[in-house]
Amino acid sequence: MNEHQHKEHSLLAADFNRNEPRVNWHDETLWWVRQKRDRMAWTLPEWEALREAASCIKHNVLGNLHDYLVEFERNAQQNGAVVHWAANAEEHNRIVLQLLREQGVKRMVKSKSMLTEECHLNPFLAENGIEVIDTDLGERIVQLAKEPPSHIVLPCIHKKKEEIGELFHEHLGTPAGNADPQFLTAAARQHLRKEFIQSRVAITGVNFAVAETGEMVVCTNEGNADMGAHLADVHIACMGIEKIIPKRHHLGVFLRLLARSATGQPITTYSSHFRKPKAGQQLHIVLVDNGRSRQLDRDDFRNSLKCIRCGACMNTCPVYRRSGGHSYHNAIAGPIGAILAPNLDMKEYADLPFASTLCGSCSNVCPVKIDIHQQLYKWRQVIVQEGHSKPAKAASMHAMNMVLSRPGLYKAAGGAGRWVMRAMPAVVNNKLNPWYKQREMPEAPKQSFADWYKKNRSK
Amino acid sequence: MKVGLFIPCYIDQFYPNVGIATLSLLEKLGCEVVYPQGQTCCGQPMANSGFEHLTHGCNELFVKNFQDYDYIVAPSGSCVLHIKDHLHVDGKEDAATHIRQRIYELSEFLTDVLKVNNLRAKFPHKVGIHQSCHGQRGLHLSQMTELVAAPFSKPEQLLHMVEGLELVELKRKDECCGFGGTFCVFEEAVSVKMGKDRIDDHVNNGAEYITGNDVSCLMHLEGILRRQNSNVKVLHIAEILNHE
Repeated sequence: MNEHQHKEHSLLAADFNRNEPRVNWHDETLWWVRQKRDRMAWTLPEWEALREAASCIKHNVLGNLHDYLVEFERNAQQNGAVVHWAANAEEHNRIVLQLLREQGVKRMVKSKSMLTEECHLNPFLAENGIEVIDTDLGERIVQLAKEPPSHIVLPCIHKKKEEIGELFHEHLGTPAGNADPQFLTAAARQHLRKEFIQSRVAITGVNFAVAETGEMVVCTNEGNADMGAHLADVHIACMGIEKIIPKRHHLGVFLRLLARSATGQPITTYSSHFRKPKAGQQLHIVLVDNGRSRQLDRDDFRNSLKCIRCGACMNTCPVYRRSGGHSYHNAIAGPIGAILAPNLDMKEYADLPFASTLCGSCSNVCPVKIDIHQQLYKWRQVIVQEGHSKPAKAASMHAMNMVLSRPGLYKAAGGAGRWVMRAMPAVVNNKLNPWYKQREMPEAPKQSFADWYKKNRSK
Repeated sequence: MKVGLFIPCYIDQFYPNVGIATLSLLEKLGCEVVYPQGQTCCGQPMANSGFEHLTHGCNELFVKNFQDYDYIVAPSGSCVLHIKDHLHVDGKEDAATHIRQRIYELSEFLTDVLKVNNLRAKFPHKVGIHQSCHGQRGLHLSQMTELVAAPFSKPEQLLHMVEGLELVELKRKDECCGFGGTFCVFEEAVSVKMGKDRIDDHVNNGAEYITGNDVSCLMHLEGILRRQNSNVKVLHIAEILNHE
């Protein structure tokens, strides 16, 4: 668990906003990615049809998940893989630890896997004396900084190159003050090559698992999943059960959408298919539920399981861009994180569905058309019904409702309120009013529209 | 054609001129408009905060006030969207359905129902349009930049009919201003930062006025502009379309 536990998005976001130039930089960087995504989407006249197709395929998967999983397992086993089932994060971590102990390794490489972040695998293995080397460059950077990723596709997007230069100076011995991205990347490559060559076990994530063939597809730009998996004696692939797609030809839909949505590339540099272990190698696949069946059972939130982890909703989210990934205090930040997290722990993540203006941009960029902003609205209702709203907020809502559902009271309260604002502005223009902190209150007119209408139009 | 005028609570209380402009504009265009006294709020502030279960009082009131009109028109995309998505009353579902299907935001009522193609309006100024999210992404008042789809804009279509008005191009055409209902107080820091960034975009592109279809967003932007002692003003689109 990270240090932000028990903290709230609004407070963490307020911290992030203490440094406005940095907020501007973070916002502009991610907006640039959103624009790249737009340009790439516009190169495909069939873009919206592709999104619809992807959404429908995933709809079919979620409706037949059991059958597809069993089909996948059977085919994967025929291919020579060993399939493990984990009901939750603890089971997943125990399975991985057991496999590592069988190999007697104390150090191993892992390519990007948001599932292992969700399960907090790295700290668990560290407690058990095994060091994980993250081989995705961005993930390695945040790992050296002892931070969680702040973005599912761009884990160190919150770090400036100078900060990365300092980290590399400290941990990899690069010259102090050198922040040249090309130089730093080369240094990371040298460092990671050593790890790849020594590592007897490699963990990878999975982007798509094909039921029809039992193969997995892993998408990276750095080839680090391939380096790890091909050089190791044992390849462990960890995946959430929702990663299934029915047929190989469906990749023609998903691979076209994934990288375009994520980074504005036509496709990731590597889209690697892993089907059979090579001679002498072991291939293990860990299928993880960890709350997914529960989410599948929630009619209003089932669609969230369509997510292919492209991060487009984060890049477009005006709140995410100005609050930073860590303010979501969850492995998956941003709008998609805010609809997935309450399923894992409603109390802990009760703040996240409120960290949105419900602007709807997330749903529009989503390549599988998840109704993200509508789910945010629905989570708010569930969270309040389950008693996770603050008493003061509940009291103010009840009071507001009392006034707004009684026309006479509304008229009296409105008139009195405006009179107070005119006669004694300090009652509202003070530090206790969060509106007034950085904004003027609207001017309070002497007559309401209803008053004016009565005087000017009523017969 | 009998039009029921819905003036959302905060417009009634703080921006009566927006209500007056809306009414005058509709009357000028030949509509028979009635403002039912005793109306309050659509219920959105509670609902968006997770308290939709409290809004039955507002819903009943809304149905009572507006069930007898051919059309219901309001100068707010956000409140209209809330009614369209959430108005239900036990035992009065037919009336609620009628309202959900016949409620319009002002611009779309002008372009789609009245099919207005010229206006007697003059406003010789540089104006930036703030696309409020609920009107845009919820009611589809204009095309959204996220989609690969042909552009259109109902508010722009109307503003082009105003003599002397010059629309400014923005760097980010449809980014949220950060108002977001109670978000504006519970997430004050991000809300204000979003508002400041929207304002900068308008100011950097020479806008003298920021207009839009939702007073809530404009109220938020106005609060920041006034704190900055800016000369830039906000006006609801009805005030411009009604300006002679």
